[in-house]
Amino acid sequence: MATEAAERPAETQAPEAVVVRFAGDSGDGMQLTGGQFTLSTALAGNDLATFPDFPAEIRAPQGTLFGVSAFQINFGSTEIETAGDQPDVLVAMNPAALKTNLEALKPGGLIIADTGEFTRRNLDKAKYENNPLEDGSLAKWDVLAFDISALTIEAVKPFGLGNKDALRSKNMWTLGLALWMFDRDRQPIVDWLKAKFKGKPEIADANIAALNAGHAYGETAELSGPLKQISVAAVKSEPGLYRTITGAEAVSLGLVAGAQLANLPMFFGGYPITPASAILHHLVRLKEFGITTFQAEDEIAAICAAIGASYAGQLGVTSSSGPGIALKTEAMGLAIMTELPLVIVNSQRGGPSTGLPTKTEQSDLYQAVYGRNGDAPIPVVSARSPADAFEVAIEACRIAVQYMTPVILLTDGYIANAAEPWKVPDPNTFEPFPVTFLEEKNAGETLLPYKRDGKGARPWIKPGTPGLMHRIGGIEKHVDTGNIDYSPANHQAMTDARKAKIDQIAVPDQDVALGEATGRLAVVGWGSTFGPIHQAVRRARKAGLAVSHIHVRHIWPLPKNLGALLAGFDKVLVPEMNSGQFKTVLRDQLLVDADSLTKTSGQPFAIAEMEAAIAKYFDGIPDNEGGEVPADPAQLPSRDAGHDDGSLRPEHGSPQSEVSS
Amino acid sequence: MNDMTPITTTLKDWESDQEVRWCPGCGDYAILKAVQRTLPQLGANPAKTVFVSGIGCSSRFPYYIESYGFHTIHGRAPAFATGIKLANPDLDVWMVTGDGDGLSIGGNHLMHVLRRNVNLQILLFNNEIYGLTKGQYSPTSRLGTTTPSTPQGSVDRPANPCAFALGSGARFVARGFDVSKNLPEVLIAAHKHQGAAFIEIFQNCIVYNKDVFNDFAVPKGADDTQLWLTDGEPMVFAAGTKGITLDLETLSLQVTDVVDGDWQAAGVIVHNARNRAIAHMLVEMPFGPFPMALGVLYDDPRPTFESAVIEQNRAASEGKDTSFAKLLAKGQTWTVTGTAADPV
Repeated sequence: MATEAAERPAETQAPEAVVVRFAGDSGDGMQLTGGQFTLSTALAGNDLATFPDFPAEIRAPQGTLFGVSAFQINFGSTEIETAGDQPDVLVAMNPAALKTNLEALKPGGLIIADTGEFTRRNLDKAKYENNPLEDGSLAKWDVLAFDISALTIEAVKPFGLGNKDALRSKNMWTLGLALWMFDRDRQPIVDWLKAKFKGKPEIADANIAALNAGHAYGETAELSGPLKQISVAAVKSEPGLYRTITGAEAVSLGLVAGAQLANLPMFFGGYPITPASAILHHLVRLKEFGITTFQAEDEIAAICAAIGASYAGQLGVTSSSGPGIALKTEAMGLAIMTELPLVIVNSQRGGPSTGLPTKTEQSDLYQAVYGRNGDAPIPVVSARSPADAFEVAIEACRIAVQYMTPVILLTDGYIANAAEPWKVPDPNTFEPFPVTFLEEKNAGETLLPYKRDGKGARPWIKPGTPGLMHRIGGIEKHVDTGNIDYSPANHQAMTDARKAKIDQIAVPDQDVALGEATGRLAVVGWGSTFGPIHQAVRRARKAGLAVSHIHVRHIWPLPKNLGALLAGFDKVLVPEMNSGQFKTVLRDQLLVDADSLTKTSGQPFAIAEMEAAIAKYFDGIPDNEGGEVPADPAQLPSRDAGHDDGSLRPEHGSPQSEVSS
Repeated sequence: MNDMTPITTTLKDWESDQEVRWCPGCGDYAILKAVQRTLPQLGANPAKTVFVSGIGCSSRFPYYIESYGFHTIHGRAPAFATGIKLANPDLDVWMVTGDGDGLSIGGNHLMHVLRRNVNLQILLFNNEIYGLTKGQYSPTSRLGTTTPSTPQGSVDRPANPCAFALGSGARFVARGFDVSKNLPEVLIAAHKHQGAAFIEIFQNCIVYNKDVFNDFAVPKGADDTQLWLTDGEPMVFAAGTKGITLDLETLSLQVTDVVDGDWQAAGVIVHNARNRAIAHMLVEMPFGPFPMALGVLYDDPRPTFESAVIEQNRAASEGKDTSFAKLLAKGQTWTVTGTAADPV
C-alpha cells in the first residue's frame, strides 16, 4: 500500500485543469448533473469541454453494466479542447458505474461512491464477487465512500416524499458536493431548479435541499479524509459575452443566421434519429424567426419536402445521421439536377447500418463526397467543435444559395452533444448574402431557367412569378432551357457544368491552426478531432518537434492552396475516426503521400494517442508511422452489451443466438 | 389557393411547347386534354399553378402543362408537394402519380399526404401496369396478370386505390376514367374541395395492358356498368331501372330493380358524399355483380394541414422578440472583461 501511495503524483492545490466524470445508472440523471455542473463551471470562468456518453437504451435495466450513463467534463484555467483523457475524479453512483469507469481513472485519482447502492444485488449485477469498496482493490486511488442515498433521503425528509421519489434527488446531492469541491456558486442551479419545477414547488424545494445538503457535507467532511476543495482559476479569455453551447444548438442557430443573412424563410424537414434529432428540437422552438419545421413520415420525405420548399422559394434544410442520409441520397441527386439550394446536416455516428447510434465517428465522409449515383458533386463542409458549427452552418447556407446547390454539413455525435463556452458573436459581423429571385425573362423574350451566372449558378425562380412558368425535373436537361434533352453533347455539357460550378466555389485559403507553414510533420484533421490534435501538437511543439496542425473545414472542394501548403511538410498525418477516408481524398486530389491514423471504437481520440502517433515521426525508426489506434478499454465505459433494436436482450446471448448471429 | 383571383384562360393557354411523348392512343392524352379543358373553367392562373409528379408515364404530365412543373423522383411527389404547399400555400398544387408510383414505391408518402390533408389535387392514373419499364405487373394488377415479371400470372392480390385513400384518412375520394366526358366535372369537384382530394383515374395503357377497363369504360353498355354518383341523388343506373340499396341485416350494398322509376319504393339510397361508412362500401363494391362506382364517392372537408401549420407558426411567433442578437445570447451568460471572468 505504502509503495503505491508513494507512486502517486504530488498533489497540487491549484491545478491547471481537472477532469471529472459523473457515472451512474441511466435513471440516475447523470447527464442532467453533468449539464448543470458544466453551466456552473462556465459561469466560474473556466474553459471547458464535455463528453456525454450514454447507452442507446432509454431505460436499460437498473444496475446493469450496459445501463451506465456517464458525463465527463474537462475544465481549467488554460485552453481546453478535449474532454480529457483520464478523469481526476470519478463519481460512481453504483457498482456498475464504478466497474465500467474505473480503468479510465488517473492513478491517485479520487473515487466518490454511494455505498447505499453497493448492495449484494447491485454487486452481482455488476459482476463483483466482493465489494470493491471493502476488498482493497481500489488502493491506487483515493476512495470517498459514504451513503449518498441515505443522506439524500434524510435531506429531503421534510418534503414528505416517498423513498423512491426522494432518491431521485441523489444527483442533486452529488452535484451539491461537486459544487463545493470546486468552489462554485449554487444560485444558478437553484434558479434553474425553480424554473424547471415551476408547477411543482415541493419537488424544486426537495432538490434544492438535496443540493444544499451535498454542499454542506463537503464543508463538514473536509475536516478529514481525501475530500479537499480544489480551486481552478478562470481562464484568460477574450473579453466579451459568453454562454455554453452544444453542437446541435450551434448548428441550429447557424442555420437561422444563414437564413437571415440570405433574407429567406427557412423550411426544416426532419425525421427522428439519434443523434440528429436535437437540431429539430431546437428549431421547432424558433418559429418567430420565419422557420417552419416539418417532422416527415421518413427521411426521404423530410429531404423531399425541404427540396419542395426550396423550389417554392424558402431555404430548405434537412438533417439526419448516417442511415438517414443514405435514404436521402436519391433526393440529393434531384437537388443537384434541378440545381436548388439545400442544406443537409449529417450528425455522424458509428456505422455501417444502425451501427453505434449514440457513439461518434467520422465515417460518412465518403458517403458525403462520393455517395450518389451519377456524377453528382456536392460541396461538403465540416464543423470542428460545437462553437465552430455556428459559422460552418452559415457557410453551408451561403454556398447553397449562392451556387444553387445542395450542401452537406458534417458534424458528429460528439460535437452534437458536447458543450463548450462560446463567445456570443455579433450578428452584424457576418456579411449578408441576400438572395435575388428571377422576376422576369432573362434572355429577351425567352426564359432560360438554366442560364448560368458568373458563379455557374442558374437563376432561382419561384412558382407564382407571372410569366416565368417552366418545368424542371430529374431528367437530363437542356443547357439553357432546362427542357428534357438526352442528346450526347448536352449530357456532356451539363455534367461538365455541374462539376465546374462546384469546383469553382470560393473557398477560403487553408490556414495553419498551430505551428509553422512548413516543417517535418503536418497533422491534418477535419471535424471533431480538432481538440486532441491541437493539444497533442501543442505538447509536441513544446517538446521542440517541428509539427504543425492544419484543420480543414472545406472537404469539397478543398481549399485551392492546400496542396502547396502540404508540400511544405516532409510528412503528412491524417488522424480520423474512420478507416482513413479523408486521407484517401487528399491522396486522390493532391497526390500527397499522407499517412493515416485511424480509430473506430466509437470514442474520440485521446490526446496521448495523438502524441504517441506524432512521436513516431521523430523517433528515427523508419516506416512505422501512421497506423490504427486500438480501442482503449480504459478510455470510456466499456459495456458488455448494448443494443439499439428496441429490445433489451439478456446480458449473455444464448448459444442459439450466437450461432445465428 | 384561397385568395386566387380567377383569371380567364383557354385550353391553348395550358399547352406547353413540349412535344408530348406518350404512346399514340395512350389514355394519358385524354386525361391531359380533360385537365387542360378544366383549368380555364376553374379560373386557374398558370403562374400560380404547380404540377408535381413522381416517376412513370403519368409523371411526365407536368411537362405538357403550361404552368410551373416539377417532375421529381419515384414515389415521392407527395413529400415535394407538401413542402411546396407549406412554403407557399397560395400555390394551386396538382399532384400526378400512377399505380406504381403512388401505391408501390410511394405508398407511404401517399398515405401521409392524405392523412395530413394537404390542400392539393391528387390524380392517380391507374393502368394496372408498369408501362415505362415495359410492362411488369403493378400493385393494382388483377390476380393472374401475365407480364414479363409474372410469366405464370401474378399471385399477389391487388390494392384498391380508393380504399387505400379512405383508409389513409382522405376527405375526398373520387373515381373517373381517361375518356369519360364526366372527368372535368370530377376535377372541378376535387379542386373545390379544401384539402387533399384524391381521384383515381382508370387509364388505358394501349401497349402493355390494353382495354383492361373495357368492361365498363366503353360507351357500349355504359348505362349498365357505370354508377355515377351525385350528392343528394339516388344511386340509380341502367337508365334508372336499377339502383343500390343498403341491406341492414348484412350491412352491405345490394343491387335492386327499380320499377317505373320509383326508386324510393325500391329502397334505393340517396348518395350522401359526407357518409364515410357508405363511401367505404362504395369503394369496395366488386365490379361484376355491381356497377363501377364513379364520380365523387366521398367529400367531407376538414381543416387543411398547411392552415394548421401556419396558424401554429403564427401563434408561436406572436409577441416574440425576433432579435437575433438576443437569441444568440439566450440562457445563462457571463461576461469576460479584461482578462478575468465575471459571472453575471
